[in-house]
Amino acid sequence: MRNGVSDVLNQFRQGDADAFEALFRQHQRTVYGWILRIVRNPATAEELTVESFWRIHRARARFEPAQGFEGWTRRIATRVALDWLRTIRTRRTESELSMEDCAEVAARVETDPAVTAEIRRKTALAFGRLPLKLRIVATLAVIEEQPQKDVAAALGISVAAVKVRVFRALRLLRKDLEQQGIKP
Amino acid sequence: MNAQDENSMKKLLRQALPPVNSDAGPGRDLWPDVLRRLDTEVVAPALRGWVWFDGALLAGLVGLVAIFPASIPVLLYYL
Repeated sequence: MRNGVSDVLNQFRQGDADAFEALFRQHQRTVYGWILRIVRNPATAEELTVESFWRIHRARARFEPAQGFEGWTRRIATRVALDWLRTIRTRRTESELSMEDCAEVAARVETDPAVTAEIRRKTALAFGRLPLKLRIVATLAVIEEQPQKDVAAALGISVAAVKVRVFRALRLLRKDLEQQGIKP
Repeated sequence: MNAQDENSMKKLLRQALPPVNSDAGPGRDLWPDVLRRLDTEVVAPALRGWVWFDGALLAGLVGLVAIFPASIPVLLYYL
């Protein structure tokens, strides 16, 4: 079984289309799920999954089987999602972004009597104002509750850096909310 | 910010932005889209090798010809 996997990976590195399709079929769900956690939109996640596999195919010669296919694809998918987030942030104005996010949040929130819809909306908006490098770590580690080592590996940073960024994201978020008169 | 504050912020954040359902997988087969994307790579292979240095070289050549038109026969001789 191990040899079979290794063979497919080696064939993929050499540009074999069947091996690439086999790997795509095996990993597309994982890659899609990871991207969806970052971009939080199914249609965009599908589009970026295609883009990720295109980049994976293009970078096949640089793939080292020893480092594992799943981790490698996750790193590429994370970069693709980050590129998209950077582009979308510069393309759309702050108000457009905020309105879209608010609508999405309003549609999905669970009713909790302790936290009003207004507080949830303001929290979501404040979160959207965080620097991208803090926001992506907080999204994956806090909201999506992904293991910190997976987040660190996907972003090419240490677990300690993940912890620091989560802390900084939460502190900035708290400060932003306090400035709006919300005591979390 | 102490550990209690940190936990309350995490809780509030999850309330505001609940986790997405990432177990469902894509809504359609994405393989045909990947193949189409790979085809676009095959269509323009010449452009992939086009780097800034090639552009700079061409610009230099055009500049040389514009300033010294007499160099055209020399260039043609070496081509």
